[in-house]
Amino acid sequence: MISYIKMKTIDDKTVKHVAHLARLELSDKELKLYSAQLASILSYISKLNEIDTANVPPTSHALTTLKNVFRKDILRKSLETDEAIKNAPASEGDFFKVPQIIESTDRVQDEGK
Amino acid sequence: MSVKYETVIGLEVHLQLATNTKAFCGCSTKFGSRPNSQVCPVCLGFPGSLPVLNEEAFRFAIKTALALNCRIQELIKFDRKNYYYPDLPKNFQISQYDMPLSYNGFVDIAAADGRRKRIKIKRVHMEEDAGKLIHPKGENYSLVDYNRGGMPLLEIVTEPDMNSPQEAYDYLTKLKSILEYLKVSDCDMEKGSLRCDANISIRPEGEKKLGTKVELKNMNSFKGVKAGLEYEVKRQVSVLEDKGKLIQETRLWDAEKGVTASMRTKEEAEDYRYFPEPDLVPFVVDKNEIEKIRETLPELPEAKAGRFQKEFGLSDYDAGVLTSQIDLADYFEECTKLYPDAKAAANWLMGDIMAAVNARNININELGLAPAALVGLLKMVDSGSISGTMAKEVLAEAIETRSNPEDIVKKNGLAQISDKGSIEEIVKNVLQKETKSVNDYKGGKKTALGFLVGQVMKASKGKANPVMVNEILKKSLGE
Repeated sequence: MISYIKMKTIDDKTVKHVAHLARLELSDKELKLYSAQLASILSYISKLNEIDTANVPPTSHALTTLKNVFRKDILRKSLETDEAIKNAPASEGDFFKVPQIIESTDRVQDEGK
Repeated sequence: MSVKYETVIGLEVHLQLATNTKAFCGCSTKFGSRPNSQVCPVCLGFPGSLPVLNEEAFRFAIKTALALNCRIQELIKFDRKNYYYPDLPKNFQISQYDMPLSYNGFVDIAAADGRRKRIKIKRVHMEEDAGKLIHPKGENYSLVDYNRGGMPLLEIVTEPDMNSPQEAYDYLTKLKSILEYLKVSDCDMEKGSLRCDANISIRPEGEKKLGTKVELKNMNSFKGVKAGLEYEVKRQVSVLEDKGKLIQETRLWDAEKGVTASMRTKEEAEDYRYFPEPDLVPFVVDKNEIEKIRETLPELPEAKAGRFQKEFGLSDYDAGVLTSQIDLADYFEECTKLYPDAKAAANWLMGDIMAAVNARNININELGLAPAALVGLLKMVDSGSISGTMAKEVLAEAIETRSNPEDIVKKNGLAQISDKGSIEEIVKNVLQKETKSVNDYKGGKKTALGFLVGQVMKASKGKANPVMVNEILKKSLGE
Protein backbone atom coordinates (compact mmCIF):
# COMPACT_ATOMS: atom_id res chain seq x y z
CA MET A 1 0.00 0.00 0.00
CA ILE A 2 1.26 3.43 -0.86
CA SER A 3 1.47 5.78 2.05
CA TYR A 4 0.05 8.94 0.58
CA ILE A 5 0.51 10.96 3.74
CA LYS A 6 4.27 10.61 3.80
CA MET A 7 4.60 11.81 0.23
CA LYS A 8 5.44 15.42 -0.12
CA THR A 9 4.52 15.45 -3.78
CA ILE A 10 2.63 13.14 -6.05
CA ASP A 11 3.70 12.32 -9.57
CA ASP A 12 1.60 11.75 -12.68
CA LYS A 13 2.25 8.04 -12.56
CA THR A 14 0.69 7.68 -9.12
CA VAL A 15 -2.30 9.80 -10.04
CA LYS A 16 -2.79 7.68 -13.15
CA HIS A 17 -2.63 4.52 -11.05
CA VAL A 18 -5.11 5.80 -8.48
CA ALA A 19 -7.41 6.99 -11.25
CA HIS A 20 -7.31 3.54 -12.79
CA LEU A 21 -8.15 1.91 -9.45
CA ALA A 22 -11.12 4.26 -9.14
CA ARG A 23 -12.09 3.56 -12.75
CA LEU A 24 -11.65 7.21 -13.74
CA GLU A 25 -10.48 8.11 -17.19
CA LEU A 26 -8.35 11.25 -17.15
CA SER A 27 -7.22 13.31 -20.11
CA ASP A 28 -3.61 14.51 -20.11
CA LYS A 29 -4.82 17.96 -19.18
CA GLU A 30 -6.85 16.63 -16.25
CA LEU A 31 -3.95 14.49 -15.15
CA LYS A 32 -1.69 17.55 -14.92
CA LEU A 33 -4.37 19.57 -13.14
CA TYR A 34 -5.19 16.91 -10.55
CA SER A 35 -1.56 16.02 -9.96
CA ALA A 36 -0.83 19.60 -9.09
CA GLN A 37 -3.91 19.95 -6.88
CA LEU A 38 -3.28 16.66 -5.08
CA ALA A 39 0.36 17.56 -4.57
CA SER A 40 -0.69 20.79 -2.96
CA ILE A 41 -3.17 19.03 -0.67
CA LEU A 42 -0.60 16.43 0.30
CA SER A 43 2.05 18.95 1.08
CA TYR A 44 -0.45 20.82 3.23
CA ILE A 45 -1.35 17.67 5.12
CA SER A 46 2.26 16.65 5.47
CA LYS A 47 2.58 19.43 7.98
CA LEU A 48 1.16 16.86 10.42
CA ASN A 49 4.40 14.95 10.12
CA GLU A 50 6.09 17.67 12.10
CA ILE A 51 4.25 16.56 15.23
CA ASP A 52 5.89 13.93 17.40
CA THR A 53 3.30 11.13 17.64
CA ALA A 54 5.57 8.49 19.12
CA ASN A 55 3.40 8.16 22.23
CA VAL A 56 0.02 8.77 20.63
CA PRO A 57 -2.09 5.73 19.81
CA PRO A 58 -3.27 5.60 16.18
CA THR A 59 -6.58 7.38 15.76
CA SER A 60 -8.73 5.28 13.50
CA HIS A 61 -12.00 7.00 14.27
CA ALA A 62 -13.14 10.52 14.95
CA LEU A 63 -15.36 9.48 17.86
CA THR A 64 -12.90 8.11 20.36
CA THR A 65 -15.39 7.57 23.15
CA LEU A 66 -17.87 5.54 21.18
CA LYS A 67 -17.21 1.82 20.96
CA ASN A 68 -18.93 -1.60 20.89
CA VAL A 69 -22.08 -0.62 19.02
CA PHE A 70 -24.01 -3.79 18.26
CA ARG A 71 -27.27 -4.90 16.78
CA LYS A 72 -29.21 -7.96 18.01
CA ASP A 73 -29.39 -10.85 15.55
CA ILE A 74 -33.04 -10.18 14.80
CA LEU A 75 -34.59 -10.40 11.36
CA ARG A 76 -35.86 -7.22 9.80
CA LYS A 77 -37.96 -6.91 6.72
CA SER A 78 -35.92 -6.74 3.53
CA LEU A 79 -36.88 -4.81 0.43
CA GLU A 80 -39.15 -6.57 -2.03
CA THR A 81 -37.19 -7.82 -5.04
CA ASP A 82 -38.99 -5.46 -7.40
CA GLU A 83 -38.38 -2.58 -5.05
CA ALA A 84 -34.71 -3.46 -4.72
CA ILE A 85 -33.99 -3.49 -8.44
CA LYS A 86 -36.36 -0.68 -9.37
CA ASN A 87 -33.69 2.02 -9.55
CA ALA A 88 -31.04 -0.11 -11.23
CA PRO A 89 -29.95 1.18 -14.64
CA ALA A 90 -30.54 -2.33 -15.99
CA SER A 91 -32.19 -5.47 -14.70
CA GLU A 92 -33.40 -8.82 -15.95
CA GLY A 93 -35.95 -10.90 -14.10
CA ASP A 94 -35.04 -10.80 -10.42
CA PHE A 95 -31.46 -9.75 -11.11
CA PHE A 96 -29.40 -6.62 -11.45
CA LYS A 97 -27.86 -6.58 -14.88
CA VAL A 98 -24.28 -5.38 -15.33
CA PRO A 99 -21.76 -5.37 -18.17
CA GLN A 100 -19.74 -8.52 -18.16
CA ILE A 101 -16.40 -8.01 -16.47
CA ILE A 102 -13.59 -9.82 -18.17
CA GLU A 103 -11.31 -11.04 -15.41
CA SER A 104 -9.13 -8.03 -14.96
CA THR A 105 -5.90 -7.61 -13.09
CA ASP A 106 -7.69 -6.26 -10.07
CA ARG A 107 -9.38 -9.08 -8.41
CA VAL A 108 -11.60 -11.99 -9.03
CA GLN A 109 -13.87 -12.72 -6.17
CA ASP A 110 -14.08 -16.29 -5.03
CA GLU A 111 -17.45 -16.95 -6.44
CA GLY A 112 -18.48 -20.05 -4.55
CA LYS A 113 -20.77 -21.60 -7.11
CA MET B 1 21.49 -35.14 -10.14
CA SER B 2 17.94 -34.75 -9.06
CA VAL B 3 17.03 -32.25 -6.37
CA LYS B 4 14.50 -33.18 -3.72
CA TYR B 5 11.83 -30.58 -3.15
CA GLU B 6 9.89 -29.60 -0.09
CA THR B 7 6.27 -28.50 -0.47
CA VAL B 8 5.03 -25.48 1.48
CA ILE B 9 1.30 -24.87 1.82
CA GLY B 10 -0.78 -22.25 3.59
CA LEU B 11 -4.58 -22.27 3.61
CA GLU B 12 -7.24 -19.62 3.72
CA VAL B 13 -10.71 -20.70 4.76
CA HIS B 14 -13.81 -18.56 4.42
CA LEU B 15 -16.59 -19.58 6.75
CA GLN B 16 -20.15 -18.33 6.68
CA LEU B 17 -21.40 -17.83 10.23
CA ALA B 18 -24.77 -19.39 11.02
CA THR B 19 -26.51 -16.26 12.25
CA ASN B 20 -30.12 -15.42 11.44
CA THR B 21 -29.21 -12.11 9.88
CA LYS B 22 -26.39 -10.59 7.89
CA ALA B 23 -23.24 -9.06 9.38
CA PHE B 24 -24.32 -5.43 9.30
CA CYS B 25 -28.08 -5.43 8.61
CA GLY B 26 -31.23 -7.36 9.52
CA CYS B 27 -31.60 -9.22 6.20
CA SER B 28 -32.02 -12.99 6.34
CA THR B 29 -29.08 -15.31 5.65
CA LYS B 30 -31.34 -18.10 4.34
CA PHE B 31 -29.84 -20.03 1.43
CA GLY B 32 -31.61 -20.52 -1.89
CA SER B 33 -34.25 -17.79 -1.68
CA ARG B 34 -35.58 -15.75 -4.58
CA PRO B 35 -32.76 -13.60 -6.00
CA ASN B 36 -32.46 -10.13 -4.44
CA SER B 37 -35.21 -10.83 -1.90
CA GLN B 38 -32.88 -10.61 1.11
CA VAL B 39 -31.45 -7.17 0.49
CA CYS B 40 -31.88 -3.73 2.03
CA PRO B 41 -30.35 -0.25 1.74
CA VAL B 42 -27.41 -1.31 3.97
CA CYS B 43 -26.30 -4.43 2.10
CA LEU B 44 -27.03 -2.80 -1.25
CA GLY B 45 -24.81 0.11 -0.24
CA PHE B 46 -27.42 2.80 -0.74
CA PRO B 47 -26.27 6.30 0.17
CA GLY B 48 -26.92 7.30 3.75
CA SER B 49 -27.33 3.79 5.12
CA LEU B 50 -25.31 2.73 8.14
CA PRO B 51 -23.95 -0.72 8.94
CA VAL B 52 -24.31 -1.98 12.53
CA LEU B 53 -22.46 -5.10 13.62
CA ASN B 54 -24.45 -8.24 14.43
CA GLU B 55 -23.68 -9.11 18.05
CA GLU B 56 -24.17 -12.84 17.49
CA ALA B 57 -21.76 -12.86 14.54
CA PHE B 58 -19.17 -11.13 16.70
CA ARG B 59 -19.70 -13.65 19.51
CA PHE B 60 -19.40 -16.57 17.06
CA ALA B 61 -16.19 -15.04 15.75
CA ILE B 62 -14.64 -14.67 19.21
CA LYS B 63 -15.76 -18.17 20.14
CA THR B 64 -14.14 -19.62 17.02
CA ALA B 65 -10.96 -17.64 17.56
CA LEU B 66 -10.71 -18.95 21.12
CA ALA B 67 -11.32 -22.54 20.02
CA LEU B 68 -8.46 -22.09 17.54
CA ASN B 69 -6.24 -20.91 20.40
CA CYS B 70 -5.99 -17.37 19.06
CA ARG B 71 -5.30 -14.18 20.97
CA ILE B 72 -8.07 -11.63 20.82
CA GLN B 73 -7.06 -8.19 19.60
CA GLU B 74 -7.33 -5.52 22.25
CA LEU B 75 -8.85 -3.01 19.89
CA ILE B 76 -10.78 -4.49 16.98
CA LYS B 77 -11.57 -2.28 14.03
CA PHE B 78 -12.98 -2.79 10.59
CA ASP B 79 -11.50 -1.52 7.34
CA ARG B 80 -12.68 -0.95 3.84
CA LYS B 81 -11.07 -3.10 1.18
CA ASN B 82 -11.59 -1.21 -2.04
CA TYR B 83 -12.01 -2.85 -5.41
CA TYR B 84 -14.36 -2.56 -8.30
CA TYR B 85 -16.27 -5.68 -9.13
CA PRO B 86 -20.04 -5.92 -9.56
CA ASP B 87 -20.45 -8.51 -6.80
CA LEU B 88 -19.74 -5.65 -4.36
CA PRO B 89 -22.49 -3.04 -4.45
CA LYS B 90 -20.45 -0.55 -2.41
CA ASN B 91 -17.22 -1.01 -4.40
CA PHE B 92 -15.57 -1.96 -1.16
CA GLN B 93 -15.82 -4.87 1.19
CA ILE B 94 -15.99 -4.35 4.94
CA SER B 95 -13.10 -6.46 6.17
CA GLN B 96 -10.24 -6.20 8.63
CA TYR B 97 -6.73 -5.20 7.74
CA ASP B 98 -4.12 -4.35 10.34
CA MET B 99 -6.05 -5.03 13.53
CA PRO B 100 -7.90 -8.28 12.91
CA LEU B 101 -10.22 -9.80 15.48
CA SER B 102 -7.62 -12.37 16.53
CA TYR B 103 -4.20 -13.78 15.71
CA ASN B 104 -1.50 -16.30 16.72
CA GLY B 105 -3.55 -19.46 17.14
CA PHE B 106 -2.97 -23.08 16.22
CA VAL B 107 -4.61 -26.36 15.31
CA ASP B 108 -2.93 -29.69 16.01
CA ILE B 109 -3.23 -32.44 13.42
CA ALA B 110 -2.00 -36.02 13.37
CA ALA B 111 1.07 -36.05 11.12
CA ALA B 112 2.03 -38.94 8.84
CA ASP B 113 4.35 -40.47 11.46
CA GLY B 114 1.48 -40.53 13.96
CA ARG B 115 2.83 -37.64 16.01
CA ARG B 116 0.99 -34.39 16.40
CA LYS B 117 1.89 -31.52 14.15
CA ARG B 118 1.02 -27.96 15.05
CA ILE B 119 -0.39 -25.78 12.26
CA LYS B 120 -0.16 -22.14 13.26
CA ILE B 121 -3.12 -19.86 12.64
CA LYS B 122 -1.92 -16.45 11.54
CA ARG B 123 -5.22 -14.64 11.93
CA VAL B 124 -8.97 -15.05 12.13
CA HIS B 125 -10.88 -12.00 11.05
CA MET B 126 -14.41 -10.96 10.20
CA GLU B 127 -15.62 -9.65 6.89
CA GLU B 128 -18.74 -9.54 4.75
CA ASP B 129 -19.48 -11.83 1.82
CA ALA B 130 -19.96 -10.59 -1.74
CA GLY B 131 -22.98 -11.14 -3.98
CA LYS B 132 -23.29 -13.88 -6.56
CA LEU B 133 -22.62 -13.30 -10.24
CA ILE B 134 -24.23 -15.33 -12.97
CA HIS B 135 -22.77 -15.21 -16.45
CA PRO B 136 -25.38 -16.23 -19.05
CA LYS B 137 -23.66 -18.23 -21.79
CA GLY B 138 -22.92 -16.33 -24.97
CA GLU B 139 -24.06 -12.97 -23.57
CA ASN B 140 -21.96 -9.91 -22.88
CA TYR B 141 -23.57 -9.15 -19.55
CA SER B 142 -23.79 -10.63 -16.08
CA LEU B 143 -26.63 -10.94 -13.59
CA VAL B 144 -26.16 -10.16 -9.91
CA ASP B 145 -27.95 -11.57 -6.88
CA TYR B 146 -27.02 -9.70 -3.69
CA ASN B 147 -28.72 -12.11 -1.26
CA ARG B 148 -25.27 -13.38 -0.25
CA GLY B 149 -23.81 -9.89 -0.08
CA GLY B 150 -23.17 -8.81 3.50
CA MET B 151 -23.39 -12.30 5.02
CA PRO B 152 -21.02 -12.64 7.97
CA LEU B 153 -17.78 -14.42 7.10
CA LEU B 154 -14.77 -15.48 9.07
CA GLU B 155 -11.49 -15.71 7.27
CA ILE B 156 -9.16 -18.22 8.88
CA VAL B 157 -5.59 -17.96 7.61
CA THR B 158 -2.78 -20.37 8.48
CA GLU B 159 0.95 -19.85 8.37
CA PRO B 160 2.65 -21.81 5.56
CA ASP B 161 3.06 -24.75 7.92
CA MET B 162 1.79 -27.67 5.86
CA ASN B 163 4.28 -29.72 3.87
CA SER B 164 2.06 -32.01 1.84
CA PRO B 165 -1.39 -32.06 0.27
CA GLN B 166 -2.29 -34.74 2.83
CA GLU B 167 -1.43 -32.39 5.69
CA ALA B 168 -3.59 -29.71 4.11
CA TYR B 169 -6.43 -32.24 3.93
CA ASP B 170 -5.88 -33.29 7.55
CA TYR B 171 -5.87 -29.67 8.69
CA LEU B 172 -9.13 -28.94 6.88
CA THR B 173 -10.78 -32.04 8.31
CA LYS B 174 -9.71 -31.09 11.82
CA LEU B 175 -10.73 -27.47 11.38
CA LYS B 176 -14.16 -28.47 10.09
CA SER B 177 -14.58 -30.88 12.98
CA ILE B 178 -13.86 -28.09 15.48
CA LEU B 179 -16.18 -25.68 13.67
CA GLU B 180 -18.99 -28.23 13.72
CA TYR B 181 -18.50 -28.74 17.46
CA LEU B 182 -18.80 -24.99 17.94
CA LYS B 183 -22.01 -24.91 15.88
CA VAL B 184 -21.01 -21.54 14.43
CA SER B 185 -21.57 -22.59 10.81
CA ASP B 186 -23.23 -25.38 8.87
CA CYS B 187 -19.83 -25.89 7.14
CA ASP B 188 -21.60 -26.99 3.96
CA MET B 189 -19.14 -26.74 1.09
CA GLU B 190 -21.82 -27.40 -1.49
CA LYS B 191 -23.73 -24.34 -0.36
CA GLY B 192 -20.50 -22.38 -0.15
CA SER B 193 -20.68 -21.97 3.64
CA LEU B 194 -17.09 -23.17 3.80
CA ARG B 195 -14.62 -22.29 1.04
CA CYS B 196 -10.91 -22.89 0.82
CA ASP B 197 -8.09 -21.29 -1.13
CA ALA B 198 -4.49 -22.45 -0.94
CA ASN B 199 -1.05 -20.93 -1.35
CA ILE B 200 1.51 -23.43 -2.49
CA SER B 201 5.19 -23.27 -3.35
CA ILE B 202 8.09 -25.66 -3.49
CA ARG B 203 11.75 -25.23 -2.57
CA PRO B 204 14.81 -27.44 -2.64
CA GLU B 205 15.03 -29.39 0.62
CA GLY B 206 17.07 -27.49 3.19
CA GLU B 207 16.44 -24.13 1.53
CA LYS B 208 15.18 -21.51 3.96
CA LYS B 209 13.75 -19.03 1.48
CA LEU B 210 10.22 -19.71 0.26
CA GLY B 211 9.74 -20.49 -3.40
CA THR B 212 7.46 -18.62 -5.80
CA LYS B 213 3.94 -19.08 -4.56
CA VAL B 214 0.86 -19.95 -6.54
CA GLU B 215 -2.58 -19.12 -5.23
CA LEU B 216 -4.95 -21.98 -5.91
CA LYS B 217 -8.70 -21.40 -6.09
CA ASN B 218 -11.93 -23.04 -7.12
CA MET B 219 -11.73 -26.18 -5.05
CA ASN B 220 -15.20 -27.29 -4.02
CA SER B 221 -14.35 -30.13 -1.66
CA PHE B 222 -11.52 -31.18 0.65
CA LYS B 223 -10.71 -33.96 -1.81
CA GLY B 224 -10.55 -31.27 -4.49
CA VAL B 225 -8.10 -29.28 -2.37
CA LYS B 226 -5.90 -32.31 -2.00
CA ALA B 227 -6.08 -33.26 -5.67
CA GLY B 228 -5.44 -29.66 -6.79
CA LEU B 229 -2.41 -29.37 -4.51
CA GLU B 230 -1.07 -32.75 -5.65
CA TYR B 231 -1.31 -31.60 -9.24
CA GLU B 232 0.41 -28.30 -8.39
CA VAL B 233 3.33 -30.04 -6.64
CA LYS B 234 3.94 -32.17 -9.74
CA ARG B 235 3.57 -29.22 -12.08
CA GLN B 236 5.91 -26.99 -10.11
CA VAL B 237 8.57 -29.69 -9.77
CA SER B 238 8.48 -30.38 -13.48
CA VAL B 239 8.78 -26.68 -14.33
CA LEU B 240 11.89 -26.40 -12.14
CA GLU B 241 13.36 -29.65 -13.44
CA ASP B 242 12.97 -28.38 -17.00
CA LYS B 243 15.02 -25.39 -15.89
CA GLY B 244 11.90 -23.24 -16.18
CA LYS B 245 10.88 -20.42 -13.91
CA LEU B 246 7.73 -20.39 -11.77
CA ILE B 247 5.64 -17.27 -11.80
CA GLN B 248 3.54 -15.89 -8.99
CA GLU B 249 -0.03 -16.28 -10.17
CA THR B 250 -3.52 -17.43 -9.35
CA ARG B 251 -4.52 -20.78 -10.79
CA LEU B 252 -7.93 -22.42 -10.87
CA TRP B 253 -8.47 -26.10 -10.16
CA ASP B 254 -10.52 -27.85 -12.83
CA ALA B 255 -11.94 -30.89 -11.06
CA GLU B 256 -13.27 -32.45 -14.27
CA LYS B 257 -10.02 -32.29 -16.21
CA GLY B 258 -7.91 -32.79 -13.09
CA VAL B 259 -5.59 -29.88 -13.87
CA THR B 260 -4.92 -26.34 -12.69
CA ALA B 261 -4.95 -23.49 -15.19
CA SER B 262 -3.55 -20.00 -14.91
CA MET B 263 -6.11 -17.29 -14.33
CA ARG B 264 -3.97 -14.78 -16.19
CA THR B 265 -0.94 -13.24 -14.54
CA LYS B 266 -1.37 -10.25 -12.33
CA GLU B 267 0.37 -7.40 -14.05
CA GLU B 268 0.39 -5.17 -11.04
CA ALA B 269 0.42 -5.74 -7.34
CA GLU B 270 -2.96 -5.75 -5.62
CA ASP B 271 -3.78 -2.34 -4.24
CA TYR B 272 -6.90 -2.40 -2.13
CA ARG B 273 -6.28 1.00 -0.53
CA TYR B 274 -7.47 -0.20 2.86
CA PHE B 275 -8.58 2.45 5.27
CA PRO B 276 -10.56 2.37 8.53
CA GLU B 277 -14.31 1.90 8.05
CA PRO B 278 -15.61 5.17 9.47
CA ASP B 279 -19.18 3.86 9.78
CA LEU B 280 -18.25 1.23 12.36
CA VAL B 281 -16.82 2.26 15.69
CA PRO B 282 -14.04 0.15 17.23
CA PHE B 283 -14.72 -2.87 19.41
CA VAL B 284 -13.04 -3.63 22.69
CA VAL B 285 -13.70 -6.91 24.46
CA ASP B 286 -12.53 -6.89 28.05
CA LYS B 287 -10.84 -9.91 29.59
CA ASN B 288 -13.87 -10.88 31.68
CA GLU B 289 -16.06 -10.99 28.62
CA ILE B 290 -13.51 -13.09 26.76
CA GLU B 291 -13.42 -15.52 29.68
CA LYS B 292 -17.20 -15.66 29.72
CA ILE B 293 -17.25 -16.63 26.07
CA ARG B 294 -14.44 -19.12 26.65
CA GLU B 295 -16.63 -20.82 29.25
CA THR B 296 -19.28 -21.43 26.60
CA LEU B 297 -16.83 -23.45 24.49
CA PRO B 298 -17.99 -27.04 24.22
CA GLU B 299 -15.73 -30.01 24.83
CA LEU B 300 -13.65 -30.02 21.64
CA PRO B 301 -12.71 -33.10 19.55
CA GLU B 302 -9.34 -33.74 21.18
CA ALA B 303 -10.64 -33.47 24.74
CA LYS B 304 -13.60 -35.69 23.87
CA ALA B 305 -11.33 -38.31 22.27
CA GLY B 306 -9.20 -38.35 25.41
CA ARG B 307 -12.27 -38.83 27.56
CA PHE B 308 -13.64 -41.60 25.31
CA GLN B 309 -10.36 -43.48 25.67
CA LYS B 310 -10.39 -43.16 29.43
CA GLU B 311 -14.10 -43.68 30.03
CA PHE B 312 -14.85 -46.40 27.49
CA GLY B 313 -11.46 -48.02 26.97
CA LEU B 314 -11.39 -47.13 23.27
CA SER B 315 -8.18 -47.12 21.29
CA ASP B 316 -6.61 -43.84 20.20
CA TYR B 317 -7.71 -44.53 16.64
CA ASP B 318 -11.32 -45.45 17.48
CA ALA B 319 -11.71 -42.44 19.76
CA GLY B 320 -10.32 -40.23 16.99
CA VAL B 321 -12.79 -41.54 14.41
CA LEU B 322 -15.80 -41.35 16.72
CA THR B 323 -15.04 -37.78 17.76
CA SER B 324 -14.22 -36.52 14.26
CA GLN B 325 -17.86 -35.50 13.84
CA ILE B 326 -19.91 -34.07 16.66
CA ASP B 327 -23.06 -35.92 15.56
CA LEU B 328 -21.25 -39.24 15.50
CA ALA B 329 -19.71 -38.58 18.92
CA ASP B 330 -23.10 -37.66 20.38
CA TYR B 331 -24.71 -40.73 18.81
CA PHE B 332 -22.03 -42.98 20.27
CA GLU B 333 -22.35 -41.45 23.70
CA GLU B 334 -26.13 -41.91 23.60
CA CYS B 335 -25.58 -45.62 22.84
CA THR B 336 -23.23 -45.99 25.80
CA LYS B 337 -25.95 -44.68 28.10
CA LEU B 338 -28.26 -47.50 26.99
CA TYR B 339 -25.74 -50.28 26.55
CA PRO B 340 -22.75 -51.37 28.62
CA ASP B 341 -20.43 -52.72 25.89
CA ALA B 342 -19.08 -49.44 24.47
CA LYS B 343 -16.47 -51.22 22.38
CA ALA B 344 -19.14 -53.29 20.58
CA ALA B 345 -21.22 -50.19 19.94
CA ALA B 346 -18.11 -48.43 18.60
CA ASN B 347 -17.35 -51.32 16.24
CA TRP B 348 -20.86 -51.36 14.81
CA LEU B 349 -20.84 -47.60 14.41
CA MET B 350 -17.46 -47.48 12.69
CA GLY B 351 -18.28 -50.48 10.54
CA ASP B 352 -21.65 -51.03 8.91
CA ILE B 353 -23.25 -47.81 10.11
CA MET B 354 -20.55 -45.41 8.95
CA ALA B 355 -20.40 -47.32 5.66
CA ALA B 356 -24.13 -46.74 5.19
CA VAL B 357 -23.83 -43.08 6.20
CA ASN B 358 -20.92 -42.45 3.84
CA ALA B 359 -22.52 -44.33 0.95
CA ARG B 360 -25.57 -42.07 1.24
CA ASN B 361 -23.47 -38.96 1.87
CA ILE B 362 -25.65 -38.01 4.82
CA ASN B 363 -25.35 -37.27 8.49
CA ILE B 364 -25.82 -40.11 11.01
CA ASN B 365 -28.96 -38.43 12.35
CA GLU B 366 -30.51 -38.61 8.89
CA LEU B 367 -30.10 -42.37 8.77
CA GLY B 368 -33.38 -42.98 10.59
CA LEU B 369 -31.80 -45.34 13.11
CA ALA B 370 -32.03 -44.06 16.66
CA PRO B 371 -29.30 -45.04 19.14
CA ALA B 372 -31.96 -47.03 21.04
CA ALA B 373 -32.75 -49.02 17.89
CA LEU B 374 -29.09 -49.90 17.36
CA VAL B 375 -28.80 -50.89 21.01
CA GLY B 376 -31.88 -53.10 20.59
CA LEU B 377 -30.10 -54.93 17.80
CA LEU B 378 -26.93 -55.40 19.84
CA LYS B 379 -28.96 -56.79 22.74
CA MET B 380 -30.60 -59.35 20.45
CA VAL B 381 -27.13 -60.54 19.42
CA ASP B 382 -26.01 -60.74 23.05
CA SER B 383 -29.02 -62.80 24.12
CA GLY B 384 -28.42 -65.18 21.22
CA SER B 385 -31.78 -64.50 19.63
CA ILE B 386 -30.02 -63.57 16.39
CA SER B 387 -26.52 -64.32 15.13
CA GLY B 388 -23.93 -61.67 14.30
CA THR B 389 -24.29 -62.40 10.60
CA MET B 390 -28.03 -62.10 10.80
CA ALA B 391 -27.67 -58.84 12.72
CA LYS B 392 -25.77 -57.36 9.78
CA GLU B 393 -28.61 -58.29 7.44
CA VAL B 394 -31.24 -56.96 9.83
CA LEU B 395 -29.29 -53.73 10.19
CA ALA B 396 -29.06 -53.31 6.41
CA GLU B 397 -32.81 -53.84 6.10
CA ALA B 398 -33.55 -51.50 9.01
CA ILE B 399 -31.56 -48.75 7.30
CA GLU B 400 -33.02 -49.50 3.88
CA THR B 401 -36.64 -49.52 5.04
CA ARG B 402 -36.11 -47.05 7.91
CA SER B 403 -37.66 -49.43 10.40
CA ASN B 404 -36.82 -50.79 13.81
CA PRO B 405 -34.49 -53.83 13.86
CA GLU B 406 -36.57 -55.58 16.54
CA ASP B 407 -39.69 -55.23 14.40
CA ILE B 408 -37.87 -56.71 11.42
CA VAL B 409 -36.76 -59.71 13.44
CA LYS B 410 -40.28 -60.24 14.76
CA LYS B 411 -42.03 -59.70 11.44
CA ASN B 412 -39.79 -62.06 9.49
CA GLY B 413 -39.54 -64.62 12.29
CA LEU B 414 -35.78 -64.29 12.19
CA ALA B 415 -35.18 -64.93 15.85
CA GLN B 416 -32.79 -67.78 16.33
CA ILE B 417 -33.83 -70.96 18.06
CA SER B 418 -31.63 -70.97 21.12
CA ASP B 419 -33.89 -73.26 23.06
CA LYS B 420 -31.97 -76.43 23.86
CA GLY B 421 -34.97 -78.74 23.76
CA SER B 422 -36.11 -77.57 20.34
CA ILE B 423 -32.66 -77.97 18.82
CA GLU B 424 -32.25 -81.44 20.35
CA GLU B 425 -35.54 -82.41 18.78
CA ILE B 426 -34.40 -81.29 15.30
CA VAL B 427 -31.01 -82.98 15.74
CA LYS B 428 -32.71 -86.22 16.69
CA ASN B 429 -34.85 -86.18 13.54
CA VAL B 430 -31.88 -85.40 11.29
CA LEU B 431 -29.73 -88.16 12.78
CA GLN B 432 -32.52 -90.68 12.23
CA LYS B 433 -32.75 -89.71 8.56
CA GLU B 434 -29.04 -89.37 7.76
CA THR B 435 -27.80 -92.76 8.93
CA LYS B 436 -25.10 -92.90 6.22
CA SER B 437 -23.44 -89.68 7.35
CA VAL B 438 -23.75 -90.72 10.97
CA ASN B 439 -21.90 -93.96 10.18
CA ASP B 440 -19.31 -92.07 8.10
CA TYR B 441 -18.66 -89.75 11.03
CA LYS B 442 -18.39 -92.56 13.52
CA GLY B 443 -16.10 -94.38 11.11
CA GLY B 444 -13.67 -91.47 11.29
CA LYS B 445 -14.83 -89.20 8.45
CA LYS B 446 -14.99 -85.99 10.48
CA THR B 447 -16.14 -83.89 7.50
CA ALA B 448 -19.51 -85.59 7.75
CA LEU B 449 -20.22 -83.32 10.73
CA GLY B 450 -20.39 -80.28 8.47
CA PHE B 451 -23.01 -81.98 6.35
CA LEU B 452 -25.07 -82.87 9.40
CA VAL B 453 -24.86 -79.30 10.74
CA GLY B 454 -26.10 -78.14 7.34
CA GLN B 455 -29.04 -80.52 7.50
CA VAL B 456 -30.02 -79.33 10.99
CA MET B 457 -29.81 -75.70 9.88
CA LYS B 458 -31.92 -76.52 6.86
CA ALA B 459 -34.51 -78.34 8.96
CA SER B 460 -34.69 -75.29 11.27
CA LYS B 461 -35.00 -72.97 8.26
CA GLY B 462 -31.70 -71.42 9.24
CA LYS B 463 -32.92 -70.30 12.62
CA ALA B 464 -31.13 -72.70 14.92
CA ASN B 465 -28.28 -71.16 16.87
CA PRO B 466 -25.28 -72.65 14.99
CA VAL B 467 -23.02 -72.80 18.03
CA MET B 468 -25.62 -74.81 19.92
CA VAL B 469 -26.28 -77.04 16.91
CA ASN B 470 -22.59 -77.94 16.79
CA GLU B 471 -22.46 -78.74 20.48
CA ILE B 472 -25.64 -80.78 20.56
CA LEU B 473 -24.71 -82.71 17.40
CA LYS B 474 -21.29 -83.64 18.75
CA LYS B 475 -22.82 -84.73 22.02
CA SER B 476 -25.49 -86.82 20.31
CA LEU B 477 -22.83 -88.47 18.16
CA GLY B 478 -21.13 -89.59 21.31
CA GLU B 479 -18.24 -87.20 21.76
